[in-house]
Amino acid sequence: MAGETSKVIDTKVLWGGNRSPFSMSYGKMMMWLFLVSDALTFGGLLTGLGFFKWKYADMWPNSEEVFTHFPGTHASLPLLYVATMTFILIVSSVTMVFAVEAGHRNDKKNVIKWLAWTVVGGVVFLGSQAWEWSTFIAGPDGMFGTADDTNLLTNFFTKVDGVWTPGPSAYGMFFFCVTGFHGFHVFSGVIINVIILINAVNGTYEKRGHYEMVEKTGLYWHFIDLVWVFVFTFFYLI
Amino acid sequence: MERDDLIVNDQYSLDLEHSEEAGKVIRKKIIKVTILLTLITALEIVMGVVWGKSIAQTAPAKWEVIKWIYIVLTIIKAGYIVMVFMHLGEERKNMKQMILVPYVAFMIYLIWILLTEAWSVTAASAL
Repeated sequence: MAGETSKVIDTKVLWGGNRSPFSMSYGKMMMWLFLVSDALTFGGLLTGLGFFKWKYADMWPNSEEVFTHFPGTHASLPLLYVATMTFILIVSSVTMVFAVEAGHRNDKKNVIKWLAWTVVGGVVFLGSQAWEWSTFIAGPDGMFGTADDTNLLTNFFTKVDGVWTPGPSAYGMFFFCVTGFHGFHVFSGVIINVIILINAVNGTYEKRGHYEMVEKTGLYWHFIDLVWVFVFTFFYLI
Repeated sequence: MERDDLIVNDQYSLDLEHSEEAGKVIRKKIIKVTILLTLITALEIVMGVVWGKSIAQTAPAKWEVIKWIYIVLTIIKAGYIVMVFMHLGEERKNMKQMILVPYVAFMIYLIWILLTEAWSVTAASAL
């Protein structure tokens, strides 16, 4: 029988049945189900963005003309900053895989090292996003920097030829909603990673005999990277 | 309270532990995937800078091709993240199907219905 156990195990440990469904622990399975539901939320936000983009294809701003700023320079560098952010998040996802891999070898030292780098990557990403937001709101071409009628805040909907039409603020609404919701996920991910890091340093998982908790938080962290891949394409590129 | 995280033998959770040698192979694979993801992202950025969305007005046919290249590259990146980094590819087949099939089916429907609606509303208001 597939999944048959060689030792006698308390059936309650195996989800109350005789063996574990999907050969997976309860916690990991629930993490996957949570990620599916969370992916549906992001899917809803991004398809909502798609709806607006298709409906107002002729007036939707071009991203490479909006995101041209880079810290320390006034030159027009389209997409370079968001490319840097994407790279930071991919790298922090990679350090997380290394932490999970080290956990599979019960290598406490490397788990701590790679988890710490993951936390650093997450914090740097959050800082980058804070800079991007502040530039978008209060920068020279930001929402409050533009004093005329195109002010993004007052122009939520405008009347064009007698028809109520979303103004440039619909763009800002989606920008802050999608990247903000993603940023909140990064923020909670960093906090979870810090807790797991403290546990790893204290030897909680060493005593437990396995590092599955690192794997579970790893799933969440990779999910954040996964969402960003889609946000990057559908917000910044298309 | 019963602990759910006590793993007693290998059957309970796949690939929970591996040896030093297996670790080396896995790390090599991770580095390969990292390089691939970075290259794809760099390619997307170069495309975004050279042919920005502004060509959607001047050369719609060209933009259509570029847009689909973006979508395909994104799905490739997502596939590598889910299958390798989240190692869903190494889980049981029924687990893979339980996660992917309902989600993909629903998202295809949602994308289809919303984009169709967006286009219909535009077409109706143009009348």
